[in-house]
Amino acid sequence: MNKSFTQTFTVSGNNFSDAGKISTEIKMILKQLGINSDIVRRVAIASYESEMNVVMYACKAKIVLDVDPEVIKIIVEDEGPGIPDIELTMKEGYSTATPEMRELGFGAGMGLPNIKKNSDEFTIKSDVGKGTRLEIIVYIN
Amino acid sequence: MKLSEIKSKLDLVSRCGEDYLEQEITGGYCGDLLSDVMANSKQGNVWITIQVHLNIVAVATLKELTAIILVNGRKPNEDTLKKAIEENIPILTSKLSAFELSGKLYALGIGNI
Ligand SMILES: Nc1ncnc2c1ncn2[C@@H]1O[C@H](COP(=O)(O)OP(=O)(O)O)[C@@H](O)[C@H]1O
Ligand SMILES: [Mg+2]
Repeated sequence: MNKSFTQTFTVSGNNFSDAGKISTEIKMILKQLGINSDIVRRVAIASYESEMNVVMYACKAKIVLDVDPEVIKIIVEDEGPGIPDIELTMKEGYSTATPEMRELGFGAGMGLPNIKKNSDEFTIKSDVGKGTRLEIIVYIN
Repeated sequence: MKLSEIKSKLDLVSRCGEDYLEQEITGGYCGDLLSDVMANSKQGNVWITIQVHLNIVAVATLKELTAIILVNGRKPNEDTLKKAIEENIPILTSKLSAFELSGKLYALGIGNI
C-alpha cells in the first residue's frame, strides 16, 4: 500500500480558540490513509500536546506531517522563547504555565513526557530566544 | 449502556448533541487537567469534568469520547456549545459532584475497564 503524504500547517501562539484544530486535521488524514487506530491515537496525543505548547508558549510554528509506508513523522518548528533547560522541562509535572492557563486545566506538566511516551523516536532541540524544534516519529508497523 | 439511558436514569440535562445519545458507553473518565484526560481517557468514554471552556471539545474529538458531562451545576460556555455542535460531541450537565456522579455511574454498571 502506498501511503506517502506530506502537508504543512501553521499554528499561531496564544490562539486558544483554534487550539487542537491541526491535530484534529492530522488525525483525519491518518484515518483516511487507513492507518491503524492505535497508531492514530498515539499520534493524536503527541500532536495535540505539541500544538498546545505552541499556543501556550510560542509565537508561531510550522508543523509538517510526513507519512511514508513505514513511518509517520511530525516536525514542529516554532519561533518563540525557546527552552533553557530541556532536561528539566522533560520532567513530569514541570510547567511554567500561568495561573490563568492552569485554571483552564492546562499546565499539568505532562505534555512533553507524553509526547515522548507516544513516539518511537523523539528529538527536541531549542535555541533560547529563537525557538524550539520537535521531531516525532511513530512507526506504522 | 447507551448515553440516553444514563441521561434519564441520572437526570442529566442535555445541552447539545441530542442526535448522538444512542451511542454505547465504554466507561468513564473523570478529570479537569486536559493532558491527563488526553493521556488516560479511552475511546467511547464519558468524560466528567468541571471545565466548561471550548478546549474540552478538541480533547473529546481527538480521543473519540462519547460525551462530556459537566458537573456541580456548571454550564458550557457559548463558544463551547458552538464548537461541540460542529464536532458532534454531546454535552450534558448534572447538579451532582464528580464524585457523586461517578459513583452513580458505577452503580449502573459503568466502570472504567
Ligand atoms: N514550544 C515551547 N517553547 C517554549 N517553552 C516550551 C515549549 N514547550 C514546552 N515548553 C516549556 O516546557 C514546560 C513543560 O511543557 P509540557 O510538558 O508540555 O507541560 P505544560 O505545557 O503542561 O507546562 C512548559 O511549561 C514550558 O515552560
Ligand atoms: Mg504542554
